[in-house]
Formats: sequence, structure tokens, C-alpha cells
Amino acid sequence: MASSSSSQLPSSVYNPRRHVGVHAERVSDVASTEFPGHYPGEDHSWSLARFKESLKVSVKRLSQRSIEFDLVGVDASIANAFRRILIAEVPTIAIEDVFVWNNTSVIHDEVLAQRLGLIPLNVDPALFEFRLPGDIPYDRNTLVFQLEVECSRGKKGEIINEYVTSGDLKWVPQGEQESVFGDMIPAATNKDIVIAKLRPGQIIHMELHAIKGVGKEHAKWNPVATATYRLHPLILLNPSKPVPPHLAQKFASCFSPGVIKVSSDGQVSVDERHLRKETMSREVLRHKEFEGCVELKRIRDWFIFSIESEGPYAPEALFPEAIKVMRGKIASIRSAAEALLADSQDLAGGAGAVASAPDADGDVEMGS
Amino acid sequence: MNSQQGQNYGSNPGQQGLQQSREMEYLCADCGAKNEIRSREPIRCRECGHRIMYKKRTNRMVQFEAR
Repeated sequence: MASSSSSQLPSSVYNPRRHVGVHAERVSDVASTEFPGHYPGEDHSWSLARFKESLKVSVKRLSQRSIEFDLVGVDASIANAFRRILIAEVPTIAIEDVFVWNNTSVIHDEVLAQRLGLIPLNVDPALFEFRLPGDIPYDRNTLVFQLEVECSRGKKGEIINEYVTSGDLKWVPQGEQESVFGDMIPAATNKDIVIAKLRPGQIIHMELHAIKGVGKEHAKWNPVATATYRLHPLILLNPSKPVPPHLAQKFASCFSPGVIKVSSDGQVSVDERHLRKETMSREVLRHKEFEGCVELKRIRDWFIFSIESEGPYAPEALFPEAIKVMRGKIASIRSAAEALLADSQDLAGGAGAVASAPDADGDVEMGS
Repeated sequence: MNSQQGQNYGSNPGQQGLQQSREMEYLCADCGAKNEIRSREPIRCRECGHRIMYKKRTNRMVQFEAR
């Protein structure tokens, strides 16, 4: 993991109100205190302008399959909601129905069906509708694959089709699908997943129906391999009790490589550019000689997200997709609340008019 | 897991009638050779003489949920 951040930390990270204390056997100050009424004379009522000012998102690392980015200035409940939506509610396409015509391999039909369901497919879920229980399968909600493999022995005694892989799935276009997909042939994202092993004479012949779903229904529809966050680490050196120069190297080795700089005369300092690499092992707290030299903290509202995509979405597209789902939820809550308000006003005599026009943001229902 | 299996979609009666008229084939448990078993005949493999036979898998489709 290369460190790509070259900038220094903003000075506001040293605000003690943003710190979560990390101690040898416990953590402290976990909850935020900046809520209305906590600090006398300070205004902590929610304001969009202040939120916009403090919110920061920056991508730190992006590869074909994963992304690491910082989300700064939001409450843990929001960051956690996005993490959970990424895992459980961003839709993907996965095999759901397996119709077995023949399977003489050693792997049982049930087990084979379960394995097939877990294969990530490269199909954009936006092109599909959900197929609810009882719905009829048709070209806008079902994708059909054929898996027909027979193992045999070749002329020189070599075994043909010894491995059945995800690359053997053959897409069978239905209805308008051929023109909708064009060059983007639906297939597995990884063609080398071994589904079963065969010996000469064994056959697998089945039809597979893939549908759209979400991860909370079954993990096969989970679009991410992992979606996690951690809080940004912070190391505070105590200026009134510096680390003795002869122990500087030992001190530095208590942290992840590159986090602590040691100058030629044995002065230690924190390298802010590499601070995010600190694993917070708390090794330094085990040594008596460093007692009081250093405090370990985390920044409560600085989330280092790391998301690995395993499916149709590009890694950078996953978080916006989660935001879309979240906005859909908020829109449905709003319309429900407005309906409730309209109801209560009807009961009270129907005097008050309900503001139902879209707001300045132009927020609209996005569907869920 | 297999509560949903056994639903035979698309198995047409014509195919089934064809099945019954044909002689049933069995597989030898020892050598795997195909054998036909007739009534009042010893059950014995023609290739190796083994006396245990397996019935072949159904030709009907079996449905599973990939879960």
C-alpha cells in the first residue's frame, strides 16, 4: 500500500474535541460532544453551511479493484450507514435459479447450485428490474446462462474439460437483451473460477437464471469484497517529556515503519504524511521508559474508507451508488412524514396547507 | 436446501412414454459399464461379472435455488 498523500494534516486535527483516546486496554471519549446544549454559549445546531465547510472527501488510492478515500466531517452514524448500505443494499445480479438436466460429476447438485450463485457477474444492475417472488421471468428481470460441459479423453490420453470454470457459462440472450447489451457480453467478472472438476465421461448440463438482488437477502448479491473504514490515527508527542535520544530508535520501532522520524541527533518527530499507515498496535504503551512521552489518538470524524469491488461496479462508483440508495430511503421517509402531516391537518380541520413542492435542492424520489 | 427440488418443469409426457418402452440401462458399480437388466435373468455385469448395479440418473430436469 503506497502512501500517496503528500500533504500535511490541517491544524484542526489537533483540536482535542475531535480526539478519541487510545489507551493500553481501553478507548476513551468515543462519543462526539459537539451537540446543542453541551458547551455553554456555543451554537452547535445543525447548519448546512457549516456542514458543507467541514465536509471533505478525497481519494487516496485507486486501483482496478479497490479504492481508499477519506471522508472527513461526518458523524459515525452517517459513515456507518454508508458502509452498511454498500454491503447490504447496493444491488447486483447473481444466479438464483438452477435447472439441472444432468450432472454426473462428484459434486452434488445442491452444492453446485450454491457455488454457481456466488459467481460475480459483470452485468450492470441498472439495466434490470427486481423480480419479486411470484413475478414472471422475462427479458428485463432475468438473465439466462447455459452450462454444458462434457469431460472426455483426447487422442494422446489427455483429459479435455477437466475443469469446469466460470468461463464456461454461456449467455443465452432473451428478447431485447441482444440489442441492449451489444458488445458487453454478460459473463463472470473472473473467468477462472473453478466450479467443478470432472473425469472422462462425466457431464454437467444445466440452465441458470440470474436475477437482481441485494446483499441483505443473500451474500451472493453483495457488490463489495470488503467495505470498511477506520478512524485516522494521531500520535501526540509530549513536549515536556521528550524521548531520550538513546531510546529514539526503539521508540520509532514501536510504530509502523515511516511514521516516526528520527533526526541525526536523536530527536523524534511524527511524519504527518505517513501517519495514516500507523496500525495503532499500542506497542509504545507497553514500555515503562516511554510513559508520558506520547499519547495515541484517533480523529473521531475522519473516516478512512477502504472498498474492494467484486462485481460490475468500478470501485470509485460504489460509494456514489450507496449515496443513491440512501437518498432513496430519505425521499421515502420524507413522503411518509408529509403524508402523516397532511393526515393530522385533515383531522384538525384541514386548515393548514402542506408544502409539498420540491425543495431548493430539487430532491426527488430515486426509488429503492 | 432441497425443499424446492423435484419440481419437474418442462417434462413432456411424450418423452416419458418413450422412456418406458425402452429397455432400462443400469451402470455396473465396479467397472461402470452399461448393462440392460431383463426379468428372470441373473443380475450380473457383462463386462466384469460384478453383481451390483446402479440406476441411472433421471432425465428429467431438477430445479434448485442457488442459495
